[in-house]
Amino acid sequence: MRLEPIANPALTRRLGLPALALGATVLVASLLSALAGADPFAVLGLILKGAAGSKFAALETLNRATPLIFTGLAVAVAFRAKLWNIGAEAQLYAGAIVTVFLATGLLAGTGLWGMALVAALAMLAGALVLLGPVMLKTRFGVDEVVTTLLFNFIMLLIVSWLLEGPMKDPAGMGWPKSEPLERAMRLPRLAEGLRLHWGFALALIAAVLVWFLQARTTLGYEMRAVGHNPRAAAFAGIPVNPVLVRTALLSGGLAALAGYSEVAGLKGHLSLDLSPGFGYTGIIVAMLALLHPLGVVFTAIFVAGIFVGSDSMSRAAGVPTYIADMLLASALLLMVLAIGLTRYRVVWK
Amino acid sequence: MSADYGAQETVLRLTGITRRFGATLANDAIDLTLKRGEVLALLGENGAGKTTLMNILFGQYAADSGTVEVFGKPLPPGNPAAALSAGLGMVHQHFTLADNLTVLDNILLGTVPLWRAGFGRAAARARVLTLSRDFGLAVDPEARVGDLSVGERQRVEILKALYRDVRILILDEPTAVLTPQESDALFATLRSAVAGGLSVIFISHKLHEVMAASSRVLVLRHGRVVGQVATAGTTREALAAMMVGAELRKATVTPGTPGPVLLQLRGVHTSKDAAGKDDRIGGLRGIDLALRGGQITGIAGVSGNGQAALSDLLSGLLAPQAGTLDLGGTAQGQWSPRRALTAGIGRIPEDRHKTGTIAEFTLTENVILERYAEAPFARAGVMDWAAARRVTDDLIRRFDVRCEGPDGVIRLLSGGNMQKLILGRVLDTAPRIILANQPVRGLDIGAISYVHGQLVAARDAGAAVLLISEDLDEIMELSDIIHVMSEGRLSPPFARGSMTAAQIGLWMAGQGFDEGATDAA
Amino acid sequence: MSALWDILLTASFWAAAIRIASPLIFATMGELICERAGVLNLGIEGIMVIGAFSGWMAVYMGAGLWGGVVTAMLAGMLFGLLHATLTVPFGLSQHVVGLGVTLLATSTSYFAYRLILPEVTSPPRIEPFQPYEIPYLSEIPLLGPALFSQTPLTYAAFACAALVALVLYRTPLGLALRAAGESPAAVAAQGLSVTGLRMGAVIVGSGLMAVGGAFLTLSAFSSFFFEMVNGRGWICIALVVFGAWRPGKAVLGALLFAAFDALQIRLQQTPIGQVVPYQMFLMAPYILSILALIVMSRRAEVPAALMVPYRKGER
Repeated sequence: MRLEPIANPALTRRLGLPALALGATVLVASLLSALAGADPFAVLGLILKGAAGSKFAALETLNRATPLIFTGLAVAVAFRAKLWNIGAEAQLYAGAIVTVFLATGLLAGTGLWGMALVAALAMLAGALVLLGPVMLKTRFGVDEVVTTLLFNFIMLLIVSWLLEGPMKDPAGMGWPKSEPLERAMRLPRLAEGLRLHWGFALALIAAVLVWFLQARTTLGYEMRAVGHNPRAAAFAGIPVNPVLVRTALLSGGLAALAGYSEVAGLKGHLSLDLSPGFGYTGIIVAMLALLHPLGVVFTAIFVAGIFVGSDSMSRAAGVPTYIADMLLASALLLMVLAIGLTRYRVVWK
Repeated sequence: MSADYGAQETVLRLTGITRRFGATLANDAIDLTLKRGEVLALLGENGAGKTTLMNILFGQYAADSGTVEVFGKPLPPGNPAAALSAGLGMVHQHFTLADNLTVLDNILLGTVPLWRAGFGRAAARARVLTLSRDFGLAVDPEARVGDLSVGERQRVEILKALYRDVRILILDEPTAVLTPQESDALFATLRSAVAGGLSVIFISHKLHEVMAASSRVLVLRHGRVVGQVATAGTTREALAAMMVGAELRKATVTPGTPGPVLLQLRGVHTSKDAAGKDDRIGGLRGIDLALRGGQITGIAGVSGNGQAALSDLLSGLLAPQAGTLDLGGTAQGQWSPRRALTAGIGRIPEDRHKTGTIAEFTLTENVILERYAEAPFARAGVMDWAAARRVTDDLIRRFDVRCEGPDGVIRLLSGGNMQKLILGRVLDTAPRIILANQPVRGLDIGAISYVHGQLVAARDAGAAVLLISEDLDEIMELSDIIHVMSEGRLSPPFARGSMTAAQIGLWMAGQGFDEGATDAA
Repeated sequence: MSALWDILLTASFWAAAIRIASPLIFATMGELICERAGVLNLGIEGIMVIGAFSGWMAVYMGAGLWGGVVTAMLAGMLFGLLHATLTVPFGLSQHVVGLGVTLLATSTSYFAYRLILPEVTSPPRIEPFQPYEIPYLSEIPLLGPALFSQTPLTYAAFACAALVALVLYRTPLGLALRAAGESPAAVAAQGLSVTGLRMGAVIVGSGLMAVGGAFLTLSAFSSFFFEMVNGRGWICIALVVFGAWRPGKAVLGALLFAAFDALQIRLQQTPIGQVVPYQMFLMAPYILSILALIVMSRRAEVPAALMVPYRKGER
């Protein structure tokens, strides 16, 4: 087997292969359902129904998509500059900690204006969490993949300590969770009676801003140049390490907003199960979107739909809910393969 | 035995080899025969199809059609292992050695079946030492390859082939990395090997070497065989005519008019090149250099002797550790690519694919690479892509870049067109100093004369041009003033035509010019 | 301070350190083989999970303990094959594929667990490997109980490291593997298959990672829990760097690391543990890994072609 580069792949190839990858994912879903002894078509139908079959289901999906848009953007921004930020989980919790700390403490009772400030400071916290690994990369050449991964574990332990110690809710009946945010400090719903909070709107705004930044600003140009070819970028006078640091600040800040929006918009408090791996899922969201900021919005909703739909399908059809994680991991690998094959043709000889 | 090769048995026969890469026909129905004990020179310009042909012979690629026979037996296509076991050996232009392994490990790699328990290292080591003595290829078997000089590495490559008892040895541009004296030693090694019954294919585009080392010459042009002659019955001029076709060039560059000194290096030391690849050699060791406007200053020398460091220094990637860098009379303190650009240095880097351009970017994005943050391309941090596209359109027209348009991806351009675009990007800012590092490597003749013409025109407009090249002919043709570079030092300058190639060769080997330099200091 | 000496001078402490080091040694050797051949395998975390799960499940279903080890190894090799296929012949991003393999292997384990045991609230226990006291040697004071009263799988871990070192440095295969990670072009020029060598290394390496995971369920604990691998895979990647890609140094790193881990567990029981929250102790391994990476980054001898895909016939 040999790969032959395709200089200028046709549009059919560039769109057809990713579509094929998604098709193959559906095939994997059918196979797994059959393995679990359920009717594949029924399972797919139930996932679809559970994700978008009713107004309640659709809103649930959008709620679940909100943190994924933020972490997806965080990963997309970083990966575009070839900065391997696998630590969105840690940055998310950093944002959540700061949100609870300020909204129940210093800034309690300041209302929405206070919450805007809280958002800014939460972003700062997430940015600082990623700054560490990036400084280690630029100063010492330490691979950021491993350090950001290890920070996830450290951060979870910090959260655990905070929730059993300094930030523990005295009225929490012994559960490790923080004091809840008061009503005035929570993000309002988008419309009266609509179970969707302003975090979703913030996520959409963030996606548009990130798109503008990447496509239309000098910083975005620098990030892309550094990501594609750091050597040529340095030769052309682009300050590679400072650009990486700026990328890290943006990426960490975006991931922190996921924690902010989950605490202030949805949960109202901090607990150890605030994120069921939103940081890791953000990688899938970003890769499926081919790292395009606006694409992230759609893939985040798609991924959230699979999770929400699988939860409800699992109750009805008895297929383990972990089918969702398997599908998304398969989708990720298939999509990476599809992208690879748009640039190369397989020749058997 | 040597003269009567015609009667010898045929050891290698290629018939009708054809190979296409996309739209280009790299090899077009090539026939080739090699007899025992002869040195066949494969002559041709860059891109004539020599390397492709050898890669097919070695099974790196499969041919689209045609057959290979070794010692009368057909060779299965696309199978490197079969080629090796048939007795073929090759020394590549870019060495295929693992730097972090020892010489012995590199030689032993692949000689013992993978699943055998051990090597018999002691016996292997003894054999390597014997071979290196017999063929005059001195090298320490336990040395790490990364610590060896380029010439020594080539010896390791040849030892690798000899260790495997090759009967047909192919050398791909073996002298490109050697000084003239080292080349002579290589030819001596080859003569003794051929006398022992080895057959050699010698790939080159240097006519004098072909005349000196080969017994027969096969000339390739545009992927086809255009001539086949006995070396004894031909002349350099006849070969050159065959190699380049009708359009034989004889560039006549009129001398420049020297202007003021625009850039001056005094006693500059640097660590190594900015990429940090070669840390043993490669740094500058106290060089003095003055670049005058209206002059082309040429740096001759075998690559790997500090050219990368000098190029990185002028590009701003590398700052002097000691010594001073003066621009127009002011010494530079802080030094970076951005400062180099601001100071009016235009840079044509050695590697246009990896350093000069960003492959995945469009032509427009590449054109503004060095000034994306300036008006009119950006205002208050927001890009104006329409302005960038207008400038790119203009460059494409003025520099005759053949492409689909400013929005195409640059990696789709041919080498020549890519270089024209880089040249346009550099000249568009009317730089006072131009660094041209190997500006025509890998280009076809049309593109070469275009690039050279533009450099001369820039010089005539008053720019100081620094031309770094390992092609001595190019240096001699274009430069008004020439330095020779060796082991991180520069020879005193001399005017074009004032030295013979033999004298320059000695300097390239690092002999002679040092004393003069010390006296001057 | 005396509390520290009390801990360090007990055989049970050193026995624990060696026990904790064992899965790390297996997985670190697995990762080391992959990286020496030029492929970063971030699938390690998930492959350890699938190893822990499949080994345990095989034993639970009656395959016997060694049957469990073999099952884990095969499962690991299967995911290794996936990683190898995507990263070697297809040359896809080793970072992204590795993370994808980790996600897939982890979710496969969880999915299969729930598929086979839909109802259980706590996982069933199995009878794990028992310590085997090596005659005479285990009677040496202090050293005996620490070194020679371990389970067979621990002895296997050290034997595995020795074997890896032997193969890498003393055999033609090892030379070819190292060369594939240093200069694939040199390997290809000798008629050897870079693709074959790298794929083989990733598959075998992944098998070892899975055995490291299986150690957790078959030797250390007697049951399978979600999140039981808990970042050990990432720590092993740090250990490979810390060991400068050399098996001997990597084993030393694993032992050092495990000693710290055993120490923090015991320090939690001392008066210090009353003052310092237990989370700080649990953090130590991760912080230690990061520190190890920083210390070694300056002088590490990275395989020159690590993470550089090799495509035959590309020009």
